[in-house]
Amino acid sequence: MSAVATYTLRLGDDALVAAQRLAGWISRAPELEEDLALANIALDLLGQARSLLTYAGSFDGRSEDDLAYLRDEREFCNVQFVELPNGDFGMTIARMLFFSAYQYLLYDRLSGSADPTLAAVAARAVKEVAYHRDHAVQWTLRLGDGTDESHVRMQAALEACWPYTAELFESDALTREVAAAGVGVDPGTFSPQWASFVDGILKEATLTVPVLPARVTGGRRGIHTEHMGYLLAEMQYLRRSYPEDTEW
Amino acid sequence: MSTPDPGRVARPGPGERRDWPLWEVFVRARRGLSHVHVGSLHAPDATLALRNARDVYTRRQEGVSVWVVPASAITASSPDEKDPFFAPAGDKAYRHPTFYDVPDGVRQL
Repeated sequence: MSAVATYTLRLGDDALVAAQRLAGWISRAPELEEDLALANIALDLLGQARSLLTYAGSFDGRSEDDLAYLRDEREFCNVQFVELPNGDFGMTIARMLFFSAYQYLLYDRLSGSADPTLAAVAARAVKEVAYHRDHAVQWTLRLGDGTDESHVRMQAALEACWPYTAELFESDALTREVAAAGVGVDPGTFSPQWASFVDGILKEATLTVPVLPARVTGGRRGIHTEHMGYLLAEMQYLRRSYPEDTEW
Repeated sequence: MSTPDPGRVARPGPGERRDWPLWEVFVRARRGLSHVHVGSLHAPDATLALRNARDVYTRRQEGVSVWVVPASAITASSPDEKDPFFAPAGDKAYRHPTFYDVPDGVRQL
């Protein structure tokens, strides 16, 4: 695969797996209104995944469905961060805060890509992600600066997610290549902005920025956590069980 | 009963679930129109009520402006007062614009 195709696939897999995880809240959120908000955000992410996977597949004649439903775990190149279980509501909000802050900075830069398709997808997505980030910020402030119980659980959620955030900003030969070509963005270049945004929100929410070592990574190379297999089984089961029914 | 931990807000026990307060939502569809009541929702505070309203009532680009109002802040007429409030208007024909023709060009009337 070309560098652009692989780079696009990474972004698409991040969005797809994040959407699948978030969709697990549907009918289980604490309130009806929050259920709708989480479902809206999951659908936004799914829309981004569809555009990105369609584009990634166009390089070698695969469809978005081929890529979403017919690849095995080792062929997915999303970061491990997005495949972690939802946990409690605090954990979901902590992940949304970290991930949307990352995606916002990424898409904001990618909207200036020399690749017109990536630029267009990013320009649309950055507006959606601004809302996701706002939703996560609103809840982080309320849970962090809420009751003793919500504060303790929000802090625990931050610490559970934190070791996985380092992978979001990993540079490798591929990100450097697409960045040098003006097509992609090397995520290492905006990690200071991410850290300062997260720092500001956590301080305002009376929470503490975790000081924890990064986890061993590998999602970009197809090395995933033990949770990924179960997620894919649920997501792909129907399509793989009825391979002859290609129209849904 | 155990002594409550000071500084900790008690979690609601079974059967005493504390619901978020109710908010009424008003959406203005376009510039030039009034805000129209579209429904209600629950939210813990005004900021989140506005965001919830965006998700529940304007996700298909229905509006350009949204108001949320605490339902408790609305004073409503009661069904018992229906007659004194509304009935006398029926036989006062001069209150209704029936004595002139509406020009064709006038919309939103």
